[in-house]
Amino acid sequence: MTTTDTTAPAVEFRALSKRFGRLTALDAVDVRVARGRVTALVGPNGAGKSTLIKCLLGLVRPDEGEVVLDGTALDGGWEYRGGIGYMPQAPRFPDNLTGRELVEMLRDLRRGLAPADVELLEWFGASGALDRPVRVLSGGTRQKLNAAIAFLFRPHLLILDEPTAGLDPLASGVLKDKIRTVRDAGATVLLSSHLMAELEELAEDLVFLVDGTVRYAGHLAGLKERTGEPSLERAMAAVLRRGHA
Amino acid sequence: MRTATRVLKYELHNVLRSKAVLVYTVLLFLLTDVLFRFGGDGARVVISLLNVVLLLVPLVSVVFGTMYVYAAREFTELLLAQPVSRGSLFAGLYLGLALPLAGAFLAGVGLPFAIHARPDAALWGPLAMLLTAGLLLTLVFTAVAMLLATRFDDRAKGLGGAILIWVACAVLYDGLILLLITMLRNYPLERPVLALTLLNPIDLGRVLLLLQFDTAALMGYTGAVFEKFFGTSTGRMAVLGVLLVQATVPLLLASRVFRRKDF
Repeated sequence: MTTTDTTAPAVEFRALSKRFGRLTALDAVDVRVARGRVTALVGPNGAGKSTLIKCLLGLVRPDEGEVVLDGTALDGGWEYRGGIGYMPQAPRFPDNLTGRELVEMLRDLRRGLAPADVELLEWFGASGALDRPVRVLSGGTRQKLNAAIAFLFRPHLLILDEPTAGLDPLASGVLKDKIRTVRDAGATVLLSSHLMAELEELAEDLVFLVDGTVRYAGHLAGLKERTGEPSLERAMAAVLRRGHA
Repeated sequence: MRTATRVLKYELHNVLRSKAVLVYTVLLFLLTDVLFRFGGDGARVVISLLNVVLLLVPLVSVVFGTMYVYAAREFTELLLAQPVSRGSLFAGLYLGLALPLAGAFLAGVGLPFAIHARPDAALWGPLAMLLTAGLLLTLVFTAVAMLLATRFDDRAKGLGGAILIWVACAVLYDGLILLLITMLRNYPLERPVLALTLLNPIDLGRVLLLLQFDTAALMGYTGAVFEKFFGTSTGRMAVLGVLLVQATVPLLLASRVFRRKDF
């Protein structure tokens, strides 16, 4: 990494807007994601969480505003993605490739970058699943592969979309430990999930999106304090009722 | 460019193992082989294969191609989240589709000729033309598939478009030309018809192949005009050039859409 100011936000969305036809997916979103912390991205279905993530990955081009990563605004270049690990929600890998070939391919594409972190891969591969074609793997096993790929290249920014969906409790525990480990090593984690217990366990900060606008952004504990509700679930419901935090 | 070849390498792995490409190769092989066994010499087999190549190759290319791009959609998103430019990913995707289909065609049709045909100098021209026409039609219709599947997010629309384009080129277009000719039979239409033929890749392939044989003489005055234009090496080069343009234009459009698209 460069000599970035460690107190500066890792990611900053500035007045980000995106419309799909008549639907406004994001409406002037201003959010800062703190470096070296786990930030939860929550909101009802269709709130704009995926669009926000995709703007950060360059998969969606915003209509207005900009995404600033480590102090540099994204301008359509692609090199910056070398520092990002992405775990999409319910990915579909090419049917006829094995897990090993898939990993080889991604390694090939990132040739010359940081040496791989194979911890999750070994955990995943222990069952021999690496050598079977992806199409015969169960949903949970595929999700493990998905996780292993996201952590493989020691990214300093991790984007995890519903990471524990479909995982058994054991696997889910392994993944959560891994998230804490990389966070402690300085990585920034952006985590989208519908499991409140999981978010309370992992995340320090919280961004709450509703209909493409930010309803709350700040410390996760702060939301509960502000609404006076004991659980995150109730606190979010209270925000939805009142229309603001 | 290096990224494109890396993407291509694994796309090839994936596509070559798909059953559809294997079935396509075997089908072409069996068909050509049977035509040889039922009696023909090389030249007759080329003529018999003419319509198969002109109809089957575009159909498989455009339909399989569209389905392939849709099936690869989520994986394309995952690859786009890697440090990869959209341009090189697009190139890898297209070549990963077009090369296996072209290879399947060349192997499926070419192998039986290598096994059965007697080495005969008169056969090389028609055979080379058959293989070239099939190859170019593969490139044209896979390019169309790329355009349809990147332009339309709705799979039903993309696949519908693929079938519609095939029906239009393979059936409707000739019907419309025939209608035009009957309606305006009192006018000298040879040149306009020649120009119209240049617009349809399947017709181009047909003309290219028929003029390899004496059958062109059966087409009367129109045949003579066609022979005069397409029969020369300049004319043949022009046809090949037009087919290449027909492959390039949809591909450039698709690449433009792909580079600006929201995934």
